[in-house]
Amino acid sequence: MNLFEHIGRYFVMLSSVFSRPEKGKVFRKMFFNEIDAIVINSIPLVAFLSVFMGGVISLQTAANMSSPLLPDYTIGYITRSSTILEFSPTIISLILAGKVGSNIASEVGTMRVTEQIDALEIMGVNSMSYLMLPKILATTFFLPFVVIISMALSLIGGWVAGVQSGLYSTETYLIGIKAFWHTDQFYLYYALVKTMVFGFIITSIPGYFGYYTRGGSLEVGRSSTRAVVASSVAILLANYILTQLILV
Amino acid sequence: MIVVDNISKSFGDTQILFDVSANFAEGKVNLIIGGSGQGKSVLTKCIVGLHEVDQGSVLYDGRDFCAMSRKERIEIRKEIGMLFQGSALFDSLTVEENVIFPLRMFTDMSEEEMRERANFCLNRVNIINKNDLLPAETSGGMQKRIAIARAIAMNPRYLFCDEPNSGLDPKTSIVIDNLIKEITYEYNMTTVVITHDMNSVMEIGDHIIFINQGRKWWQGNNKEIIKTDNKEVVDFVYASSFMKNLREKLINS
Repeated sequence: MNLFEHIGRYFVMLSSVFSRPEKGKVFRKMFFNEIDAIVINSIPLVAFLSVFMGGVISLQTAANMSSPLLPDYTIGYITRSSTILEFSPTIISLILAGKVGSNIASEVGTMRVTEQIDALEIMGVNSMSYLMLPKILATTFFLPFVVIISMALSLIGGWVAGVQSGLYSTETYLIGIKAFWHTDQFYLYYALVKTMVFGFIITSIPGYFGYYTRGGSLEVGRSSTRAVVASSVAILLANYILTQLILV
Repeated sequence: MIVVDNISKSFGDTQILFDVSANFAEGKVNLIIGGSGQGKSVLTKCIVGLHEVDQGSVLYDGRDFCAMSRKERIEIRKEIGMLFQGSALFDSLTVEENVIFPLRMFTDMSEEEMRERANFCLNRVNIINKNDLLPAETSGGMQKRIAIARAIAMNPRYLFCDEPNSGLDPKTSIVIDNLIKEITYEYNMTTVVITHDMNSVMEIGDHIIFINQGRKWWQGNNKEIIKTDNKEVVDFVYASSFMKNLREKLINS
């Protein structure tokens, strides 16, 4: 299959995914389970990464600022802007595309090769919607909360790293964090909008690759790899398009 | 009753089924037999709608399944139970939750009623005190019986079994065969079984269809298959010299 056939089949699949669930009660239960499995379970990893990411951003900014004309609070300002604009939404989504994406592709792919999806279809269940809609909605609407946590922890990481290295004081860092916030608030909305799009990508694309797995366990592994690659590429493309549309 | 009328099916340039017609009667165990790669599974998947047919029709008690919309098909599928070759139990659900699954999706039963029904079905297939186990924690034979319990949970009118004996020892195979036969008669279902197992053919074959090279080659029952002189059927059913000798003795007696 060529790329365009994959894209066509992906959108055909989405039209089936977004149909009314068979049973609202079952859907709600699965939706909350997916919030737990995909979103809540990712928080420890996201927290760990964010703290160190923030620390490194602030240290590298400080190390590269040699001009005496630039005030020290610029470090806090750049750390905040980089974290909100790119590092938290995009890098965290790329990492989750690996963690969550491979998990979804292998889960759905295994269900396909062991005929569990056929069993759902035979029972009269819309298997695409049943398996994917709770995952897609849970991630699209709740990933932004994880990214907000990531932003906060990244800024804390930047503060800890800089202060313990003696590069700047807490007061200076906080001035930088608060600088130009009135004009830069829009960055936060932009980041959250693109996180929702990334959330959609990191569940729907692996779901697609998992659903159309053919063969055995080897193909499940291949689907999982393809899913991670494709969703990472899609995130980067969407990032560029959204930035062009919203920020420029 | 299920009527299959002139079904053909191709995948790309390869034609798998050629104008296959067959009737599967109610209250009987209908077997589809044939060698590997001859089109048995494709035929069954066409009948249940997992594959779309290129031409022909499938009538479920007069209702043309192939001409139906997805929504209309869902109504028919609620009347179908299927036992898959690998059981296809949901591996993240317990034994009991597997049996409850279709009830939860399609009925308004209370939690207690669903558990009662699940226990009834599990008892019917002799699975006792295994409710909280995961499918992976049970044996192959048990998994087949749990899958049968799940298939009959909704009181289906039609039951499909794809190689129910694969991977099972002869004794367990007979238990599964007898179970299929008993529930078919008990609930007056239209049962279609794909099998390679000659014990099954002789034991439960009320009506047998032999598929060869994508065509219906022969049909009859478990008495007639002993006496048939159709070369392909004889070569398939009595493949070993032991079975050929046995057939001779049966005919002579």
